[in-house]
Amino acid sequence: MRLDAFHVTAVVIALLGAAITIFDLLPINKFYFFAGYVVLQYVVLATAWNIMGGYMGYVNFGTAGFFAVGAYTSVVLYNLMKAPLLLMIPVAGVVCALLGLGMGYLTLRLRGVFFAIATLAMAIVLETLVVNWDYVGGATGAYILRAREIAPFGDYVEFLFFVMLLLAIFAVAVARWIGRSKTGRGFAAIRDDEVAAECAGVPTLRLKLIATTVSGFLMGVAGAPFVLYVGFVEPSSAFNLVYAVNSIAMPMIGGATTWVGPLIGALLLGSVQQIATVTISSELNLLIVGVLLVFFVIAAPEGIVGLVRKWRGGGR
Amino acid sequence: MTGDRLLAVRSVTKRFGGFVALDEVSLDVAAGERFGLIGPNGSGKTTLINCISGTLANDSGEIVFKGTVLDGRKPHDRTRLGISRSFQIPKPFRSMTVLENLGIALEYASGAGPREVEDRGMTILETIGLADRATENSGKLTQIDMRKLELARAMATEPELLISDEAMAGLSSTEVDDILEILFRMNERGITIIMIEHIMRAVMRFSERIVVLDAGRKIAEGKPDEIVHDPEVERAYLGE
Repeated sequence: MRLDAFHVTAVVIALLGAAITIFDLLPINKFYFFAGYVVLQYVVLATAWNIMGGYMGYVNFGTAGFFAVGAYTSVVLYNLMKAPLLLMIPVAGVVCALLGLGMGYLTLRLRGVFFAIATLAMAIVLETLVVNWDYVGGATGAYILRAREIAPFGDYVEFLFFVMLLLAIFAVAVARWIGRSKTGRGFAAIRDDEVAAECAGVPTLRLKLIATTVSGFLMGVAGAPFVLYVGFVEPSSAFNLVYAVNSIAMPMIGGATTWVGPLIGALLLGSVQQIATVTISSELNLLIVGVLLVFFVIAAPEGIVGLVRKWRGGGR
Repeated sequence: MTGDRLLAVRSVTKRFGGFVALDEVSLDVAAGERFGLIGPNGSGKTTLINCISGTLANDSGEIVFKGTVLDGRKPHDRTRLGISRSFQIPKPFRSMTVLENLGIALEYASGAGPREVEDRGMTILETIGLADRATENSGKLTQIDMRKLELARAMATEPELLISDEAMAGLSSTEVDDILEILFRMNERGITIIMIEHIMRAVMRFSERIVVLDAGRKIAEGKPDEIVHDPEVERAYLGE
């Protein structure tokens, strides 16, 4: 892998994040870290969704399921051994990667809307399991006591913000790398025509399993710190359909065929939602998503990335 | 037969529910041969090539390619072994340019590195006559160019056996000649070709040997001039 402007930018952003959170370089209100965490979390989720949904054309409605399994993996690790966050993240990732692999095997014959329904059903089944699992708190939920402060970040939320920033950079880098690889080109062939792809030598089954596994891993990673962020997790919040809807809407709005799309979509829609939550009402969020989605589906089916390409005139 | 046996189809049967689409069909194709497969609509031609290329699994019988039994192998695996096909209704990768379409086949079936793709892709496009369309979006091609792209992408898998599924349907007669010429040129390079076609003028001119299917059964086999005078074939096409 050769270094280019992207990697430099990524390192600069990570260093900036460290500077802001560790050295309190800017006098930023604590709320911005709180809100920024959610936006970054959506960058990870939207990017993860897009590897399957955007690159390969398989619409996953089960994002909330993966996210929640990541969160509950942390609960289990906390209950078992008071595990630190830096252990929770990779374990949640691996658990959700395996979940993705399993889902891939079970749903590999399904296409289009049937695949989407199967993923939604999987999320509901998982939620039912968690509701009935007392070890992780069942329907009442589970508390995790987190430290108020952590060195060298000071406030714990700033630490979580920084961790999520690194995860977002990692997720985007993975998505970008896949998008430009032979595997990514294979995904695009599957999206365009699966039978033709197979007949051109593309091992479609293997690629589908790679996509579900990588996508699942990243979604689990996004869910792992959630419990520490809110301090309390219960099934209806972790399995909230909002995660599924947002992680579909964000790539759609940004543009689903490249790694930039979900990044732009998540930053934009995520920020709008956070602002709306504070200034208007939290109930309005989904309405905003709905209106924007309808607008983009009609006016710019290829998202913001597609619009920019069209304006440049070099569009294809 | 002109050379060694490349493909052997042995008593292949395929049913869809109670409907027998292929009934104990057997045929051999020799290396380097130009082979025609004809029959009325619904006679099982496309089903047979789906079984050969692996997009359908035959219920019984076996298909052997270069001494390897194909049953149970995935289509992409068969493509890598050297069987390639074009589709009756063109299936371009619509989000890609013409050259990128070939790139998929070059990278996945012929093991080309990303840097070789352009050179090898352009060489194929030049033989097919699509070089000036290389950077165009494949979804926006004209019908004739889409047919050519189908053949070009099949070529890019470096096949030993190319199955052309009605590559000429709906084309004008000069366009038909265009495609015919491409297929002749491929054959001269040593690629064995199975042509499925309704345009008799084209099949008769192209094929060295023809098999006729009707209602899932093989009813005739022979040289083109023998086939046209075969009473069974006349009955199948024209009725009693």
